[in-house]
Amino acid sequence: MPVKINRDKCTGCEECLASCPVSAIDMKDGKAFINEYCEACMTCLNVCPEGAIIEFDKEPPEGTDIESYKGVWIFAEQRGGKISSIAYELLGIGRKLADGRGTGLSAVLFGASETEAEELIKWGADKVYLSQDRIFEQFNDEPYSQLLASLIKEHKPETVLAGATPIGRSFIPRVAARLRTGLTADCTSLEIDKETGNLLQIRPAFGGNIMATILCPNNRPQMATVRPRVMKRGQYDEGRKGEIVKAGIEGLLSRTRVLETVKEVSDITVNLQEANIIVSGGRGLGDPKGFSLIQELAELLGGAVGSSRAAVDAGWIPYRHQVGQTGKTVCPTIYFACGISGAVQHLVGMQSSDIIIAINKNPEAPIFNVATYGIVGDLYEIIPLLIKKIKEVRGA
Amino acid sequence: MNIVVCIKQVPDTAEVRINPETGTLIREGVPSIINPFDMHAIEAGLYIKEKTGGKVTVITMGPPQAETALREAISMGADEGVLLSDRAFAGSDTWATSFTLSKAIAKLQADVIFCGKQAIDGDTAQVGPETAEFLNIPHISYIRKIEEVSQSGIRVQRLMDEGYDVIESALPVLLTVVKELNEPRLPSLKGKMTAKKAVIKKWGQADITADENDLGLKGSPTQVKNIFSPEARPGRKMLEGTPEEQVDALMQELRGIKCL
Repeated sequence: MPVKINRDKCTGCEECLASCPVSAIDMKDGKAFINEYCEACMTCLNVCPEGAIIEFDKEPPEGTDIESYKGVWIFAEQRGGKISSIAYELLGIGRKLADGRGTGLSAVLFGASETEAEELIKWGADKVYLSQDRIFEQFNDEPYSQLLASLIKEHKPETVLAGATPIGRSFIPRVAARLRTGLTADCTSLEIDKETGNLLQIRPAFGGNIMATILCPNNRPQMATVRPRVMKRGQYDEGRKGEIVKAGIEGLLSRTRVLETVKEVSDITVNLQEANIIVSGGRGLGDPKGFSLIQELAELLGGAVGSSRAAVDAGWIPYRHQVGQTGKTVCPTIYFACGISGAVQHLVGMQSSDIIIAINKNPEAPIFNVATYGIVGDLYEIIPLLIKKIKEVRGA
Repeated sequence: MNIVVCIKQVPDTAEVRINPETGTLIREGVPSIINPFDMHAIEAGLYIKEKTGGKVTVITMGPPQAETALREAISMGADEGVLLSDRAFAGSDTWATSFTLSKAIAKLQADVIFCGKQAIDGDTAQVGPETAEFLNIPHISYIRKIEEVSQSGIRVQRLMDEGYDVIESALPVLLTVVKELNEPRLPSLKGKMTAKKAVIKKWGQADITADENDLGLKGSPTQVKNIFSPEARPGRKMLEGTPEEQVDALMQELRGIKCL
């Protein structure tokens, strides 16, 4: 559904120019025209007062028999032979999509044991394609993409989901390139279009400023990577039965070689991503010493200390505390944002928290848009009071 | 060593705001910058050139004005710039973008190709790996350190969820880089002079061998159905009154949901 300009209707008012996020509308001979920067994002469609910006349907490519593709697949990644938690989240959403389409759910697992494969069945898979080829003991992009692409070609699933993890985001694009099909990155929501049966792939773009719904209408499979810790796991059923299918092909090759795998997780990273409560401070602290107050509240609540990028850039606290697009993505039960204005790059890292409590002097701060509870006030007054009250409650 | 760095000119997303009435992006006054991750890719290219000798070519696909991004890279020390610009490339998704880039890079006969891990407008991180697949060469994503590089191969550290892998590859290879890799240098005065005078190569559809069905919108399997503003959190409560009252109200709410 690309857009074009009806030159007869265009009055040259230039209203549309500023609406385009990528500067893809230019003026030429007094009329608007769409240049090569257009990403078909559709933002401009409703802007034109004359209705001169229109979308037109793209013709499907010849030869793709999309009807012959059936079933939902998830790629279950593992590290050191142990299935990662994202796989169970994918089974949760995958089961829903498969049931919605009235088809089966299969998982693909490379480099793990049959016992692990059985776990996938208990978590909702009907079938597991398992390869125990030794080449999969380490993660190398080429053999992963060769075997997955080959399995997809053979069995023709309609939808393939993988985790938007360092592994999924690295090798799945190669699979999509090989299969000449679409891939949507880092989806936060997946639904089925009731009319067409197409997968509606919803993801944030422009640093989380907007959400986009992406379709892959004329190619199969429809492929997406899914952001970790967004989808809920499905039902675990100890007695669930399914089929394990041994998969493999000759001639898997890797031109990269993993020499060493080094674990390097600081306690703080772990704490941040696993904490039920996070207390974060930002530029509004005004001073690096403000973090001792943040620390005090966090300790009292048994939580972890987070920070905005501004506070890290100011040198008040180390980078590993940073929450946001260029830091950690977290989703605790309670997130305290203290003196954080709520720049988009921070919001995308914390907005899926269950409860967000924002404390900020500026009532216009965007952090209040995502807050569950907002307090307009001076954090140096509010937080000590809060600490006092919590201690009182606990003492009583 | 023939080094190619892929860069993208993007709107500075930190400056992007939404018009609450129309739900559209306010683009006015938002500066265009080189994608921040690509700055680290440029620095990595220059670093390799200093170690092994050779040439750094920066390449970008975009509208004619993306030329400024190439000149900025040249001012940092890159030797040449290639601008892939053609109406036939319009509306490319990651598949078509990678396909087009791979055709151009094939012409440049690269030994090492650097990309930023992702662009801050689309955030897909797909163009690097897809380009490598089209070129039929290996790639390594998220590299945070270059341990060793020679004419025959490269050894790097790849960032993973729980640490990093030390991984080696034969050449040619495509590498996508994270910010921890290096600190991009500032342009020198001499670099700025060179950049001003540099002749940028401009390639269109005719300069790469490609079927038009694989380019631009026609070549893109994915389509954007619609875009919308992220919803504000429903049921937000602003706690009013004196600080004392505000904190009491918060305590009340938190107790109600058994959090404390």
